[in-house]
Amino acid sequence: MFKYILKRLGISVLILLGVSFLLYALLRCMPTDFVDSKILQFQQSTPEGVTEEFKQLMYKTYGLDGNIIEGYNDWLSNFCLLDFGKSFVNQRDVLSEIFSADKLGTSFMIAAIATIFEFLIAIPLGITAATHQYSVRDYVVTILVLIGISLPSFFFGQMLKNIFAIELGWFPPAGMSDESRTYVGFAKFMDYARHMFLPVLTVVILFIGGRMRMTRTNMLEVMNSDYIRTARAKGLSEGKVIYKHAFRNTLIPVVTGLAGLIPSLFSGAMITEEVFDLSGIGQYALDSMMQGDIPVIMTYNMFLAFLSVMGVLLADLMYAVVDPRVKLA
Amino acid sequence: MEEKKELGAEPVEAEETAVAALAALAVEDGETPLDKNVRLMSPTRMVLRRFFRSKLSIVGLVMLVTLFLFCWLGPTVYHRWGEIETDRTGRVVYQEYEAGTEEDPFMQVIVTDKGINLYAEPSAGHLLGTDEKGMDVFTRLMYGGRLSLTISFLAVLLTSAIGIVLGGIAGYYGGWVDNVIMRICDVLMCLPTLPLMLIIGTVLDANNVPSEYYIYLLMGILSLFSWTGMARLVRGQILFLREQEYMVAAEAMGYSTPRRIFKHLLPNVLPQILVSMTMSLGSMILYESTLSYLGLGVQIPYASWGSMVQVISGNNYVLQNYFNVWGPPGICIIIAVLGFNFIGDGLRDALDPKQRR
Repeated sequence: MFKYILKRLGISVLILLGVSFLLYALLRCMPTDFVDSKILQFQQSTPEGVTEEFKQLMYKTYGLDGNIIEGYNDWLSNFCLLDFGKSFVNQRDVLSEIFSADKLGTSFMIAAIATIFEFLIAIPLGITAATHQYSVRDYVVTILVLIGISLPSFFFGQMLKNIFAIELGWFPPAGMSDESRTYVGFAKFMDYARHMFLPVLTVVILFIGGRMRMTRTNMLEVMNSDYIRTARAKGLSEGKVIYKHAFRNTLIPVVTGLAGLIPSLFSGAMITEEVFDLSGIGQYALDSMMQGDIPVIMTYNMFLAFLSVMGVLLADLMYAVVDPRVKLA
Repeated sequence: MEEKKELGAEPVEAEETAVAALAALAVEDGETPLDKNVRLMSPTRMVLRRFFRSKLSIVGLVMLVTLFLFCWLGPTVYHRWGEIETDRTGRVVYQEYEAGTEEDPFMQVIVTDKGINLYAEPSAGHLLGTDEKGMDVFTRLMYGGRLSLTISFLAVLLTSAIGIVLGGIAGYYGGWVDNVIMRICDVLMCLPTLPLMLIIGTVLDANNVPSEYYIYLLMGILSLFSWTGMARLVRGQILFLREQEYMVAAEAMGYSTPRRIFKHLLPNVLPQILVSMTMSLGSMILYESTLSYLGLGVQIPYASWGSMVQVISGNNYVLQNYFNVWGPPGICIIIAVLGFNFIGDGLRDALDPKQRR
């Protein structure tokens, strides 16, 4: 077990190295980076233009003077010393920029609330669909699932916004909170909840289909297994068979799947945030990308890559913990 | 027939020959053999029967056929407007003001020639009105559909080709080859897709890629990053099939490696590949439209469903007042993706050997 974990950790480090190099190389391939546009600004503001030495100095200050390999080496050695650098755009520490309540916090809140609702709705629906296979209920659930995964996020988000926020006026169309008023206590919470409702609804409907289908497939597999037949042969009531014997085994992939969800909690929904004009991490990452803010993009994406690599490892370990039949080798 | 199977003939084929043998027996005998009450069907026919029995797959098929006819035959039937043709008939707008004094009243009329007929209401001239550049929405819907559907087909073909070859190699040869390919998979899966596409989009911009080819190149590069799912699927299946008796037999018979792979392994992975390809056709359309919505995809003035919805990005006025501009392309995207998903779901059920209904 210990050896297995060590081996997997070693592989994870290799994967992360690969990801970071690819990302860095791609970022450096961008035609106009941050320093270029900065120099252009200086050139426009000073009548005599900028000298060649000044340009070199600028590149050196931002650590972009060498070629890609040298730059990557520098970045990697700093990264290993936990020096993540400063944002090019506002010179603030990258970590405090990314891990702030209004950026990562917002996205995390939306994703976490949405995930909880997805599971609360998807698991019961998936189970009834499986236990009543080929019934009307099953078909309705299947069709809903397929419609959910077929919706384009931007179109569906805009539809919801148009109907519920603009036409009916039930919810605010954009933003995080009502800036014209100051609320305290419960009223503040309600205001926040009203702003969060439509984004969360969009995310829930877009992702619920996949979860429902997963539960249904797992449940069907369990219901066809021998021990369920035995349980029925013993004369147990159908309720006991389903909720005591089948349901627990259905939960195995759900529990292990939770570990795989970790990165998605932090990745932010770029499109949904754009539609509802929220200042989440998805929007921030998009902006940093447009401005060529290399330290921010690298740190944030390495954080996500680290989470997803760890998520996969954790899922495999959980699998062995939850299901005694599985042995790791 | 049992022997034949063991001797390494591919199972599907074995079943077919068995069916043929039984049928021949029935003819020879003259009398009724045991199968008079048993309908003999080839596996392909059984799959087709199961596929067409499901109402959902038929609905999906109808949706897609309608869309394809609309996009490819549509412009030949309805050719009042071109894809990038601006309606310059314009409107002359008269604004009348009461001017002058009580004793000397006169009317002041301001005549504005708008030149371009933009945001026109749906009418006989423009079935779905015109968009913000005065182009006919209905016509652009058809041309945009051509592009969206073609691109998703090309992208899926490319991803599947890469995925099948690499996954097949990894699964069949195992060892360090498998290890290397799977680690590359892991690395690619950790890369965030949308930001990646943003970077590549700016690189393409800088290299002055002509706008007709832009989206093809972008989706081609996207395919280079998204073959991992297919590769994993194929690898897993081949790892499982490699250990089956008939493969051991094929090896014992001394068949060449290409023959073993292409004649005995691949046909048995084909069902899963087909289902996965159909499903990914839908998700590729979603990808393409999302990229176009972000302004990365199809370049102005050419149309795609995603770029036609883009007018409402950050523009609440259009969102509220001109559903005829942004609604139809969105609905087309949903119909197309839903159609592919319905068919994929039907295929999955029909091709599942465990299911005998």
